[in-house]
Amino acid sequence: MLFEDHFRRPEGSRRLLDAIHALTEKTGPVRLMEICGTHTMAIAKAGLRTALAPDVRLLSGPGCPVCVTPAGEIDGILQLCGQPDVLIASYGDLLRVPGSQRGDTLLRRRALGAQVRTVYSPMEAVELAAAQPDTQVVFLGVGFETTAPGTAACILEAADRELENFSVLCLLKRTEPALRALIAAPDFAVDGFLCPGHVAAVTGAIAFSFLPREFQLPAVVSGFEAGDILYSVWRLVAMLAEGHPGLENEYTRLVAPAGNPAALAAIDQVFEHRTSLWRGLGEIPDSGYALRPEYSRWDAAQKFGFVPGQANEIPGCRCGSVIRGVCEPGECPLFGKACTPADPVGPCMVSSEGACAAAWKYRAR
Amino acid sequence: MKEIVTLDHGSGGLRTSELIEQVLLPAYGNAALNELGDGAVLSDLGGSPVFSTDSFVVTPWRFPGGNIGKLAVCGTINDVCMAGGEPKYLSLALILEEGFAMDDLREIVASAAETAKACGVQIVTGDTKVVERGHVDGIYINTAGIGVLRAHGLGRSAIRPGDAVLVSGSVGCHGAAVMMARGDIPCEGTLLSDCCPLHALSKAALDAGGVRILRDPTRGGVATTLNEFVEHGPFCIELEEDAIPVDPAVAAACDLLGLDPLYAACEGRMLAVVDPTCVDAVLSALHALPGGEGAVQIGRVTTARPGQVMLNAAFGSRILSKLTGAQLPRIC
Repeated sequence: MLFEDHFRRPEGSRRLLDAIHALTEKTGPVRLMEICGTHTMAIAKAGLRTALAPDVRLLSGPGCPVCVTPAGEIDGILQLCGQPDVLIASYGDLLRVPGSQRGDTLLRRRALGAQVRTVYSPMEAVELAAAQPDTQVVFLGVGFETTAPGTAACILEAADRELENFSVLCLLKRTEPALRALIAAPDFAVDGFLCPGHVAAVTGAIAFSFLPREFQLPAVVSGFEAGDILYSVWRLVAMLAEGHPGLENEYTRLVAPAGNPAALAAIDQVFEHRTSLWRGLGEIPDSGYALRPEYSRWDAAQKFGFVPGQANEIPGCRCGSVIRGVCEPGECPLFGKACTPADPVGPCMVSSEGACAAAWKYRAR
Repeated sequence: MKEIVTLDHGSGGLRTSELIEQVLLPAYGNAALNELGDGAVLSDLGGSPVFSTDSFVVTPWRFPGGNIGKLAVCGTINDVCMAGGEPKYLSLALILEEGFAMDDLREIVASAAETAKACGVQIVTGDTKVVERGHVDGIYINTAGIGVLRAHGLGRSAIRPGDAVLVSGSVGCHGAAVMMARGDIPCEGTLLSDCCPLHALSKAALDAGGVRILRDPTRGGVATTLNEFVEHGPFCIELEEDAIPVDPAVAAACDLLGLDPLYAACEGRMLAVVDPTCVDAVLSALHALPGGEGAVQIGRVTTARPGQVMLNAAFGSRILSKLTGAQLPRIC
């Protein structure tokens, strides 16, 4: 039996569901937000949204890294991949995301002759550069604190090997400033947060302690199986019922209170904070990572004069609102009609972790 | 020095003859092929011919549990079987990249020959082309197969509400094994492809009776194939998640890459929709054969959501759509 099977058994989950429903008789309907694409998919796959409704409403926040990348930055990447001798190395997710022009993706550019490679780890991109000295290999550094250490490690490796034909287009984002921006928005209406276990494995659970401390919002760092998520929801609702919002760590099998010191050190060595543009949330100070000046030789933005396009939102597409949890996928007029995974309009439908893709793929009867 | 395939081997001249006589004929040799005519003259089939073709571009060409030669023979034999045919003859055409190792070609040809022989199928005609380095990835194979129709009336239109949906074994092994062989999964394991011919299993199922339709769930996996059974039609297939056999190693591999075993390819599994009164007979027949030990009912045909496949899981049911995009390119 797989270890994770222990967290997938329906019997325990049923008892948790009963306990949650009992608590919501006291609290009334509760709105909780998950801020990790893997949670979004896991919740949809297990059918937890329906199982918890109507007492608990689960909303998807800005947890899908591809989804929060603005269309203009995709346009910039598409420009970059047209340059001679440039090879774009990217995680698979980004390949299908259209820029401001519908259907224009890295996948399409590759079919038309651009050099675009899927990699599972940034280190693969470093090896590509080492093997092809005449090609400029550009790794697309997308993601949150989860992928930042790997990106930092590959820059350190390239620096160590003095690889002049390798660089990183750093579009990495930080979770905390985005959550603060979300909470500050006038339409914010969330009672507690299901915090991302993968991010917390790097940052530590304490990175989310500001939620109860400053905003009286309960927070639980959660794993990704149905049992993990239901347990975490139960704890969130229990804290609301008791009126004592706190921070708890359900994902103790992976997340240490202070995180991964080696990963944090690598991030700190290579990156500094910068203002970053988020789809749906706009510009947020300190919400992105940029390469420190001493690593600028490996900064693709400087090397190639990367200029993101002006476009942020795609006309008619409500991904920006979906990312903030104020519009559910099914409430977007394009959902399932003009916008499907086979012919997506916005990134929430194309990314395998997007809220719309999850809602479409695992739509209930 | 390592013997390699050169452009001369595809010239149609002396080297081509040498390749045919030294590598291909000894492996496939049979009366129809030995004539080396432009085409094979076959004896009367004694029934309606069933005809199918498929091309194979799997990378890497060798994977745990098989290689492109075995796959190319199984793939077409299985397509003929799923159409209700008894496979008889195959063509096998090679497209080779110059520089491909001759020993590797021998290994592939031997696997193809061995698989065909095990099914009582003859490789009676073929072709060899060699292209410049970089223009194909090592080796591509096309096979076409002819069989004789043994089961009449199979097809979507035979499906009725109440019918049972069976699978002959655990799902997604081939897709996961190829991923593993490519190094896509950064760990080692003992995962084997399910690549195997289905001639005996399909015959056993058809002989047991009550079979409405057969299909091997290759690209797109079980979910996509079952969608093809019911799409645009008046019926629904409801699957029970707990009943679908998934090897733990396949489940773990798919978990790591964020894939779903229900969309991962099988190359030696059979889906059957069967009259509910014949389920026990069909399952017993399958259980008695190698490769069919794990056969099990995974769902049934209903009228709940016409045209759709539903998965009943712990917290309710959800729609299983067809695969969108390529879950994994070049697995067959």
